[in-house]
Amino acid sequence: MESRPILETIQMIAEENLDIRTITMGISLFDCIDSDGERARQKIYDKITHSARDLVKVADQIQAEYGIPIINKRIAVTPIALIAAASGDTNYVAYALTMEKAARELGVDLIGGFSALVQKGYQTGDRKLIASIPQALAETSRVCSSVNVGSTRAGINLDAVGEMGRIIKQIAADDPVNCMSLVVFANAVDDNPFMAGAFHGVGEADRVINVGISGPGVVKRALEEVRGRSIDVVSEQIKKTAFKVTRMGQFVGTIAAQRLKVPFGIVDLSLAPTPNEGDSVAEILEEIGLESVGAPGTTAALALLNDAVKKGGVMACEHVGGLSGAFIPVSEDAEMIRAVSAGRLNVEKLEAMTAVCSVGLDMIAVPGKTSAESISGMIADEAAIGMINNKTTAVRVIPATGQDVGDEVEFGGLFGRAPVMRVNAAQPQAFIHRGGHIPAPIHSFKN
Amino acid sequence: MKAIITVVGQDQVGIVARVANELAKLNVNIVDMSQTLMDHNFTMMLSGEWDDQQLSFADAKTAMERLETASGLTIRIQRQAVFDAIQKL
Repeated sequence: MESRPILETIQMIAEENLDIRTITMGISLFDCIDSDGERARQKIYDKITHSARDLVKVADQIQAEYGIPIINKRIAVTPIALIAAASGDTNYVAYALTMEKAARELGVDLIGGFSALVQKGYQTGDRKLIASIPQALAETSRVCSSVNVGSTRAGINLDAVGEMGRIIKQIAADDPVNCMSLVVFANAVDDNPFMAGAFHGVGEADRVINVGISGPGVVKRALEEVRGRSIDVVSEQIKKTAFKVTRMGQFVGTIAAQRLKVPFGIVDLSLAPTPNEGDSVAEILEEIGLESVGAPGTTAALALLNDAVKKGGVMACEHVGGLSGAFIPVSEDAEMIRAVSAGRLNVEKLEAMTAVCSVGLDMIAVPGKTSAESISGMIADEAAIGMINNKTTAVRVIPATGQDVGDEVEFGGLFGRAPVMRVNAAQPQAFIHRGGHIPAPIHSFKN
Repeated sequence: MKAIITVVGQDQVGIVARVANELAKLNVNIVDMSQTLMDHNFTMMLSGEWDDQQLSFADAKTAMERLETASGLTIRIQRQAVFDAIQKL
C-alpha cells in the first residue's frame, strides 16, 4: 500500500492546520420580498431555516467520516437592502434580528448579507440599510454586514465612502469589536464564502454551496523543503501544495452539495490565516526570505505567493470563485501581530500589499481619535486600488475607542487581537466632503 | 465502505493483534497493510473494507475510539476517498 501519500495527508491535517475554513450556503431571498415587512421577515426566516436545516449536520458528518476539520458553517443571503426595499420599513434592524434568529436556530457560526450595493448610487433600501448597520451589529452577534462602494465598471461613490467612515466611527463608539462584522468593498464578489463580506449575489442560483479552504501552514512547511533554492522552485512548490489543498476543498464541496441536494458553486482558493502558531501567511513570506513581513520585498513575495496559489488551485477544482488569494488580516495572523508590535509593518506597507493580494486593509485597529474622514480616506484609497487594478479590495478597520498606538484590541478566538496602528495625522476632510462620484476608469470601457 | 486506519504509538508487543482483533470483531476485512518504526514510534496503516448494511461508519469510528482510549495508541479512521481526492489526479 502507498503509505507516503496517506501519511502526508494526515500530517497536513494534524500538524499543519489544513482545514476547510468554511462551508457557506448561499440563499436567494428574492422570493421573500413583500410590501409588508413583518411578512417578508417571516418568509426570510422560513426560507433560511428550511434551506439550511441540514447544513451543520452534514458538515459534522463529513468531518467525522473523512477526518477533515470543517471550522465554520455559514450562510450568505441576498443583500437585505434589495429585499427590504419593497417594505415600508424605515429601519432595517428587524431584518438583522431575523437573520440572527435563523442563524441561532440552525447553529451556524455567522450569517452574511446585511448588505448594500451602492457603487453607482443609492436606491431607497440602501440608505435605510446603511443607517441601520450600527444598531444591527450592536444587537446581534452572528450577523455580518458589507457595503460595496466602488467597482471597476462603475467608479467610486464618494458620498458612500464618506458615509461609511462615519458609520464605522458610530459602531466603534458603542463597541469597537462590532466593527469586525462590517466590510466596505470595491468590486465585491457574488460568491464569496468568507465573512464578514459574504453575500449571495443577485445573479446566483436560488441556493448554492461555496467552500473556502485554508492552509497557510501547509504552504509554509512545503517551502521549508526548498530553502536556498531559486524563486522559480518556490513558485512551483507553492503551486503543487495549493493543488492538493484545493483538491480537498473540491472534494468536501462536492460531497456537501450532494448530501444537501444543493448545487455546488465554487471553491475559494484563499490562504486564510488564524492566530494559531504555524497558521500564518506572514510566516510564508518570511520563509520565502524576508527577515520580517513588512521588509522591502514583502509586496513582491506576496505577489508571487498569491499568483502561485491561484495557478495551483485553478486546475484542482471545477469552478474557482470568491476572493481566491492570500488574506492578510492583521489580528488573525500571529506573525503579522508580532511584526506590527515590533514596528516592522505599518498601514502604508499593508496598503501596498493589498494591491497584489486578495481583499485589503483587514482587521486593522487604528487609534480611537482617528477621524471619520481619515477612515473614509483609507476606504477611498483601497477602493481606488481595486477599481484601477480590476480586483476586489476591502476595508475592515477598528477604531479603538479610548485607545492609542501601543494599546491592543482583543477580539477573541479565531479573530485574535490587534495592536493599534498609527495613521497619518494629515486630514483628507475637504476631499471627502466634496462628495459625488469618482468616474469609472478608462479601461472599464471594454465593449 | 473503504477506510484507512492509521495507528501510531510507542512500540509494544501485540499492537497488530489488538487492532486486527478489533477489526475482525467488527467484520472489517483488512485488504492491505503496512507498518514501520519511526523513532521508536510504531506506525501502521490498514486499508479496511466492510459491508455498509452491517456496520455504519459512525459505529466503526466509535469502536476505534474505544480501542484508542484503552490502548493509549493514536488511532485514526478516515474514509479512503479523501486520500484519493487529494493525492491522485
